[in-house]
This record gives sequence, structure tokens and C-alpha cells, in this order.
Amino acid sequence: MIPRRSPAERRRARRRSALRKYGVVLLLLAPWIIGFVVFTAGPMVVSFLWSFTHYDMASPPHWVGLDNYRFMFGLGKINGQRMSDPNYWLSVKNTLFIISFGVPLRVVFSMLTAMLLTRPKRGVNTYRTLFFMPSMAPKVAAALVFVYLLNPTTGPINQLLNLIPGVHGNAPAWFYDPPYAKPALLILGLWGIGDAIVIYLAGLLSVPRELYEAISIEGAGAWQRFRNVTLPMITPVIFFTIVMGVIDGFQYFDQAFIAGNVSSGQTSILGSPQNSLLFYGVNLYQWAFRNFAMGYASALAWVLFAATMAVTAVLLLTSKRWVHYGGGNQ
Amino acid sequence: MANHSVLIAVSAIFMVPIIFMILTALMTDRQALTPSLWPHPFMWKNFVTVFRQIPLARYTWNTFLYAGLSTVGVIVSCIPVAYAFSRIHWRGRNVVFMLVLSTLMLPNQVTSVPLYVIWARTLNELTGIQFIGTLKPLIIPNFFGDAFSIFLLRQFFMTIPSELCDSIRVDGGGHWQILRRVVIPLSKPAIMAVGLFQFIYAWNDFYNPLVYVGANPNAQTLSLALSNFQGMHHVQWNLTMAATLIFMIPVVVIFFLAQRVFIEGVTLTGVKG
Repeated sequence: MIPRRSPAERRRARRRSALRKYGVVLLLLAPWIIGFVVFTAGPMVVSFLWSFTHYDMASPPHWVGLDNYRFMFGLGKINGQRMSDPNYWLSVKNTLFIISFGVPLRVVFSMLTAMLLTRPKRGVNTYRTLFFMPSMAPKVAAALVFVYLLNPTTGPINQLLNLIPGVHGNAPAWFYDPPYAKPALLILGLWGIGDAIVIYLAGLLSVPRELYEAISIEGAGAWQRFRNVTLPMITPVIFFTIVMGVIDGFQYFDQAFIAGNVSSGQTSILGSPQNSLLFYGVNLYQWAFRNFAMGYASALAWVLFAATMAVTAVLLLTSKRWVHYGGGNQ
Repeated sequence: MANHSVLIAVSAIFMVPIIFMILTALMTDRQALTPSLWPHPFMWKNFVTVFRQIPLARYTWNTFLYAGLSTVGVIVSCIPVAYAFSRIHWRGRNVVFMLVLSTLMLPNQVTSVPLYVIWARTLNELTGIQFIGTLKPLIIPNFFGDAFSIFLLRQFFMTIPSELCDSIRVDGGGHWQILRRVVIPLSKPAIMAVGLFQFIYAWNDFYNPLVYVGANPNAQTLSLALSNFQGMHHVQWNLTMAATLIFMIPVVVIFFLAQRVFIEGVTLTGVKG
């Protein structure tokens, strides 16, 4: 006869095996847990606390309450004086500019190019390679090339523009002219839409053919096919590219930093020409790693974090109204 | 036909920057400042000169160290984590996995401020090792998991049939055996994708080298050196373009060797994500 184990014994055995399982899970997760605590959660908590202090790394942080946030938004007085970050709102405006033009441009152009790619029977892979490759190029390299291509006097683009009778000699100075510096970055951005093209192409190819056949029987034209079948079916892809574009846009840095360096001819001035390329990330970098105002930079970082979360949340909420999930072969 | 001509025109526009990069790299420094387009004479020597003007070999080695070691780190640390999120059932798994995914949305710049102080102060005082001005702060965190790679590997591990793992368990093998004999051999494409994405990310990375090694010329990576190169040698566009090409060659070579991996990776994270 098999000796019957008492309920208490069985419970103990079960608990022991459960403990062993959690031990294994903990062991496997250990690298991530340590990394999360030391390199993500810990720093986030610390920087939240620092955002209420004055901290220059030379002396220990000392509490200043909401002064950093007042200084940022230009609200109220600090120590009886009216003080504010002179570039904060400009950097916000510049960042909103690059997001509100850059993201739609990226969405529209990558979608249109992907739609062109669904038509031909041959050569699709070659085109896809050509479009995709620039998106892998280092941002530093891309920025340097476009500063060269958009050189006001010797660059090939202005040479072409100057051939147009009305423009002659009046082509924009791009990275050397404040109103044209951000549009120049938008052009640079379009060179890197290859990854989005690939995603749109995959989305377009997964739209079931039956849907097109069904609507064609009803006598729909090309526009109605696009409006009533293609567009709804790829809304998940559109949503994804918008969210990623906005998150990346909030952190816009590399291209602006390099274009600014080259046009000003020195590395000590950021956001050149005339602060037109002073984006949020550039301003944050300047306060943190040029001025070593770690308290204020922490406040800037937390506002950036909160803004990113808020905008993503709003996009997620509105997505229920216009993003159609569950269709297609995805 | 009309469709093809539009596509050819668009591809041509996409190729223009690269063509100009190559042509300019072959010009004399004087000619690179003129509107003329065709190199005359062809200065193949530029590719040698640029190695003499700046320590390009050293920068290439630094970049290679950063990209190579961080890739090893990501692969070694993310495989067990992804395994725990896919092949073992435990309570709270989905909640913790959401936590992993949420860190994907965290802007790099948000953590960079406290992280800089942690490397410069806290860890420096704890260990006595100098981290700022070295590649260590760029490489070490990759040995502690990376959310994107964990996500990609987990998605792939989920597709492995559980019968294969069960057969190992019947033979008395534990998780280590399952990982070594089933999961890793079957996931080579995904592991390859994670490694390549990390390698290219680190190779191209500008922000982290700027923050951590900016002050030390000996530890600079190519992206950092190139951004300074323009400032120092303002008029030498030919050498800048030659250096930029050298910088891009590994990316292009890897891309052509493993094109499918990249395109499938981008599609997987974009369409299904």
C-alpha cells in the first residue's frame, strides 16, 4: 500500500515546488531585474527627487521646492526675482513644429510609396532595398550629407533651384537661415522613411483580396477602394507610425545637434542658426551636460517624460474611434 | 509602365545623397567647395589621408568594441529573460512583461541625467573605477537586458511547440537543457535579428557616446568623431565624406548580408506589435 500523505504534507510539497519554480524564474529574470532597478527605476526616482533641488554635482543637492518648475515655465518669482529659462518655450515650439510637420509627412510619403510598391510584379525587392537602406544610415552621416547637399552656394539642390527663373539667386540658405533650418531637417527626415515604407507595404499586402473584389462588384472606383477598404485596413499601421513618430519627435536630437554644429562652425553653440534648431532634447542636453544644472535638467526630463506619456495615452484613447483591429491576415 | 517610372524616379532621389557622398569623397578639398559634380582628378588617396589626419583606426576600434560587446551583452542577458516570459507559466507574468514593455516608451534622455551622475559619482565611489570618458557606461547596461530584444525574442520563443520542451523534460532535463537543446537552436533567426539590430544601433549611436565619452578623445566612437571632425576641419568636405563612407560601410555590408532579417524584424515589430 502506498502510504497516504496528510493534506498538510501535500500542501508543503506543493509549496516547495512552487517556491522552486519562482526561484528559477527569479534567477532567469535576474539580469533584467538588476538592470531595471539600477538603470531605469532607480534613476527615475532619483531624478524625480532631484527635480525639486538645486544640484550642480560639485556640492550635494539642496531642496528648492518648485523653483525648477517655476524657472521652466516662467511662472512666479524665485528668491524675489523674476527668472526663467529663456529658451524653454522656444524649444517646446521647435519640437512641436518638427512633430506636427514631420510625422504627417512621414506617414503620407511612406504610405504613398508603399502603395506604389504593391503594383508591380517584378523588382519589388530591389526597390524595397533601395528605399530601406537610407533608414539604416547613421543619423550623424545623414545629417552631414544633407548639410552638404543643402549648402546655399555650392550644394546641388540650390544649384537646381537657382535654374528656376523666378528663384534665381534667391534659393533658401537652409541650415544657415533660421526660417529654413527646420524645413531642411524635414527633408532630411524624408530620406529615412524606408523603415515605415516596409511596415506599410507589409500592412497593405495583408489586406484580403476578397474585400477589394467585393467592393469592385459594387462598382467602386479607385478612390472608393482606397477610402473604404485600404485606409480602414491599415489604420493599425498608421496608428503605430504616428505613436512612434511622436515619441521619437519628443526626443529629436542627433540631426539638430550636428546640423547646428556644422552651420555655426563650432561645437560650443547649440541649436544654431539663432536657436532655430534648439529642440527640447537639445535644451535638456545643454542644461545637463554643458551647464551641469542636474536639478533643473531632471525637472526638464520629467516634464518630457510626462508629456510623452500623456500624448501616447491620448493617442491610445482616440485610437478606439478610428483604428480597426482584427481585420486582415495579421 | 507609368508606375515603374515613378518608382525609378523615387529610387533615384533616395540614391542621390549616397552618390554625392561617394563623388565628394573622391574630390580634392578645393573642388569639394565648388559646384562641380564630377571628381577631377579622382583622389582615391583621400581614403588614406583621412586615416592620417584623425586617428580613424582608433575610433573604428572603439566603435567596434561598443557595438560588439553590447551585442554579446544583449544576447546573453535577454535569452534567459525571454525564456522566463514565454516557456514558464508563473503568476504575474503578464503584469511584469507589461512593465518590460513600458520601459520601451521611456525617452533615453529622461534617464540619461541621473544615469550620468550614477556613473560619475555613485558607481565611481563604490568601485573606485573611472567610468566617465570610457566606453564602460555604454557597454555594461546591455548585460542587464534590453526591453526591445526581450520582446522580440519572447515573441519568437512563444511559437516553439511545447511538445519539444516536454520531450526533454521526460528525459529528465531541466530548463537549462530545454534552453540549450531546443529553444536556442530553434531561435537562431530571432537571436540573429536581435544581435544585428543591437550591433547597428550601437554602431550608429550618437547620444550616449556624446554624453559619456565626449570629453576623452581616445575613447571616441566614429559617430562622435565625425561630428567633431566637421567643426575642426571646416572646409574639408572631401575628407568628411570619405570618413562618413568608411563609417557607413559596415552598416551597408551587414544590411546586404542580412536584409531579410531586418525587413522581417521591422515588419514583425511594426505590424504585429
